[in-house]
Amino acid sequence: MKLLVCVSQTPDTTTKIKFTNGDTEFDTNGVQFIMNPYDEWYALVRALELKEQLGGSVTLFHVGPKANETVIRKGLAIGADSAVRVDAAATSALFTAKQIAAYAKAGEFDMVLLGKETIDYNGSEVGAMLAELLDMPFISYGTKMTVEGTTATINRDIEGGEETLEVDAPFVLSCAKGMAEQRIPNMRGIMMAKRKPITVIPAVEAADLATVVKYDYPAEKTGVKLIDPENMDELVNLLHNEAKVI
Amino acid sequence: MAVLVFAESLTGSIKKAALEAVTYGNLAAQALGTECIALTIGTAEGAETLGQYGASKVYNVAASDDFDSQVYAAIISNAAAKLGADCVVFAHSSSGKSLAGRVAVRMDAGMVSSVITAPASGTFSVQKGVFSGKGFATYEIASANKVVTIAPNTFRPTASGSDATVETLAVEAPATRIRVTGKATVDGIVPLPEAELVVSAGRGMKGPENWGIVEEMATILGATTACSRPVADVDWRPHHEHVGQTGVAIRPTLYIAIGISGAIQHLAGVNQSKVIVVINKDPEAPFFKAADYGVVGDLFEVVPRLNEALKKFKAQN
Ligand SMILES: Cc1cc2nc3c(=O)[nH]c(=O)nc-3n(C[C@H](O)[C@H](O)[C@H](O)COP(=O)(O)OP(=O)(O)OC[C@H]3O[C@@H](n4cnc5c(N)ncnc54)[C@H](O)[C@@H]3O)c2cc1C
Ligand SMILES: Nc1ncnc2c1ncn2[C@@H]1O[C@H](COP(=O)(O)O)[C@@H](O)[C@H]1O
Repeated sequence: MKLLVCVSQTPDTTTKIKFTNGDTEFDTNGVQFIMNPYDEWYALVRALELKEQLGGSVTLFHVGPKANETVIRKGLAIGADSAVRVDAAATSALFTAKQIAAYAKAGEFDMVLLGKETIDYNGSEVGAMLAELLDMPFISYGTKMTVEGTTATINRDIEGGEETLEVDAPFVLSCAKGMAEQRIPNMRGIMMAKRKPITVIPAVEAADLATVVKYDYPAEKTGVKLIDPENMDELVNLLHNEAKVI
Repeated sequence: MAVLVFAESLTGSIKKAALEAVTYGNLAAQALGTECIALTIGTAEGAETLGQYGASKVYNVAASDDFDSQVYAAIISNAAAKLGADCVVFAHSSSGKSLAGRVAVRMDAGMVSSVITAPASGTFSVQKGVFSGKGFATYEIASANKVVTIAPNTFRPTASGSDATVETLAVEAPATRIRVTGKATVDGIVPLPEAELVVSAGRGMKGPENWGIVEEMATILGATTACSRPVADVDWRPHHEHVGQTGVAIRPTLYIAIGISGAIQHLAGVNQSKVIVVINKDPEAPFFKAADYGVVGDLFEVVPRLNEALKKFKAQN
């Protein structure tokens, strides 16, 4: 199986978020970036398991500047064979999807795997856009997959339940919790990653149709109102009359 | 020009997510000075009620109830073209998220997902939460066509007006390339992403055998239960209850956290709740900083007491 895994990077959740330039830009100064957990723990690891089971190759794909190669190297250390980086800032989901589509079209992959969403902008946009650009089925929020021949049986999350379906390669799959277990790169993997190729390619032209014009900070919580643990009638009263939520 | 709302009916009938989407579609239509049209696909019991929530017309396209984003996206964009719609609205649900990006590509539309505001008239600008609730971003869509998905529990549906007549619409659709072989949904419980009231508990519960008091509270309130990650990891609770950065992200109107410390990864999934109540014996627990109401005390005493107070309240109201 020839597998393409799309990985993004996001600020570590513990990062303090700051905006700059009149609150029109996200301030990346001093921000610690990590590989998006859904991409790393689920999409990448499931792809590696499939390769171990069926043979083939796992290629990482990332849209972003050279500084992001730390994250790509981690993916190679976990076990991907090679990586491709589009040398451009991922300015919108559509821009990113068009970069992946251009490469995937030429490469004839059996499966393109993504995370269910990035944890910074929680877009959940790229996968569906990519599938449409490639004219392929899109299976979103996969939690389990088995492959036999060229047919995959996939479980996916739906509201309040689960759906099971079959689909023939090629297709686009977004991965959620359950798809695989996190793998920690070992020393050998880290050493080997240094010799694995990262191919850098230029971006194909694509416009951003939706752009951020302003960031805002959330309103500060006014401070917690502490309630006497002996007096739960008071809490119920506040939830009903003050907060008006029950 | 018109706003087209995909009113989903995943389990065969119109539910809250669809009502919220139509409510939003109506707000958007008012801001843009146009009308709001609702589209249903396949079996959609209760579609006529969409009229009460602001749809001036309701259409149904006959198709298989087995969801395939490729087929449904073609139907929706073809319907948009036929009906002259330039703005398409989806719920930010499993089906909405699988469709919106496809429809955006098909319509050359700029897209913003999980929006929390109606578009301002003039430039089409909408806001959404970013960085796990640590910020908000305002987007502008420059293209003529627009696609948005709306955050759950944000646009409260209120019925006014009257039922609509559901008209049949015929549009082209490709053949499906997937085979749905099974569908299992838990009936009777509001799924977490849609729940307005959530009662959640963590490691402070000491063991799965103690969850009775949590479930009792959920039953009294008609709330959905949730849990912290370590509790799901050791199988004290089912995985679908796990909320946070790596679990489900929710934005209920009320989130009650029992014996949960409030780690940043947990907060990432719940800090957009409207009101947060924290019950914890440790006054230094980080969760109190994110809470609206706090009770410092032993949950094994506080929760039964709160349950009694809630029962008394429910009996009177
Ligand atoms: C990459 C990453 C992703 C993560 N993702 C998530 C996620 O999605 N969701 C998530 O929840 N966590 C996540 N975590 C884990 C997170 O960091 C915390 O470890 C976890 O949330 C703690 O769960 P807890 O609050 O139930 O347990 P604890 O931290 O052990 O807290 C238990 C709390 O119960 C209180 N308590 C104990 N006994 C009583 C009593 N009798 N009465 C009242 N209070 C009592 C204690 O004071 C304490 O505050 C993630 C961690 C990492 C590193
Ligand atoms: N810059 C990027 N480069 C490669 N893949 C990406 C990029 N951004 C997003 N993706 C992929 O698309 C998925 C969904 O992203 P999003 O639509 O932004 O939530 C992610 O989990 C990644 O798999």
